[in-house]
Amino acid sequence: MADAAHEHAPARGGSGGLPPQGSAPPGRLQHHFESMAQQKEAASLGMWVFLVTEILFFGGLFLAYTIYRWEFSRAFAHASQHMDILLGTVNTAVLIFSSLTMAMAVHSAETGRKKLLIGFLVATMVLGAAFLGIKAVEYTDHFHHHLFPGPGFHYPVPADARAAELFFSLYFAMTGLHALHMIVGLGILTTLLVMAKRGAFTPEYNTPVEISGLYWHFVDIVWIFLFPLLYLIGRHLH
Amino acid sequence: MSRQSTVDSRQGEHDHVVPVKVYLAVFVTLLVMTAATTVISGIDLGPWNTVVALVIAVFKASLVVLYFMHAKYSPRLIRVVIFGGIFWLAIMLTITFSDFVSRGWMS
Repeated sequence: MADAAHEHAPARGGSGGLPPQGSAPPGRLQHHFESMAQQKEAASLGMWVFLVTEILFFGGLFLAYTIYRWEFSRAFAHASQHMDILLGTVNTAVLIFSSLTMAMAVHSAETGRKKLLIGFLVATMVLGAAFLGIKAVEYTDHFHHHLFPGPGFHYPVPADARAAELFFSLYFAMTGLHALHMIVGLGILTTLLVMAKRGAFTPEYNTPVEISGLYWHFVDIVWIFLFPLLYLIGRHLH
Repeated sequence: MSRQSTVDSRQGEHDHVVPVKVYLAVFVTLLVMTAATTVISGIDLGPWNTVVALVIAVFKASLVVLYFMHAKYSPRLIRVVIFGGIFWLAIMLTITFSDFVSRGWMS
């Protein structure tokens, strides 16, 4: 299995003269790392540093949300009642399910099961696409009801219109940025799928699956916060 | 040299493969918590609605970070970076928000 994988692997690192130490398969250990474990740790660390920038990127939007919700709490709660809670809850479940399949894809790569890995990557992509499809249905519904901020914005309660427009500005910015991350994630998964089919991953080398998983789970976490803050804040007022 | 030894001493921990059972338990808990947050949001708890929703969201996010993202099994350096990210987010949120809320107090 490992040998088949390395026929397709570019001969990096191994050509440096010194043989890689320990159980490191030839060609997968870059020359500037001392072991496969160190190489994987460095890649995970780099991914986490990127995710920290993402935390603060989304954090700015959450901060804007917090301040405007503090200022216009009642109007925000009422504007939130225009969300479809059933679709929102289903989408949360879909995304959590996709995190499970992603975690299982990492597990399959770590245990060297190529067919399972491919199956779980496809399942994650299908669930990710389903999430975006449901989101598109919701967006269509908001456009239909003139809830997209701008000249066409129309709100049934004129006194709350300005604050509601702020709520929907934040809603479209936050869920739109989140959806963009999902689309990027689907691109990453497509790349992983091609690599997996070529047999690029083994129990010794599966770092791309692991760190792509980190990204996918991060996007899931963003939604875990968006869902209650955008969909559920006006529900107790019914 | 010392760099290598720190890595090797943790190698077993870092290569830890999380059992499928753990993933399934986390998945079921996340689904139950999603149902819980939706149901509780329909009950009028006053200002506590937001608190409960955020506590549940933080709990769900912690499960994802610890188990799906393997933070529980990661080297200390990675856990420090994760903590640093959350800590800086907390600085941004609390200092900006405390400034915003307290502005009216002086006038």
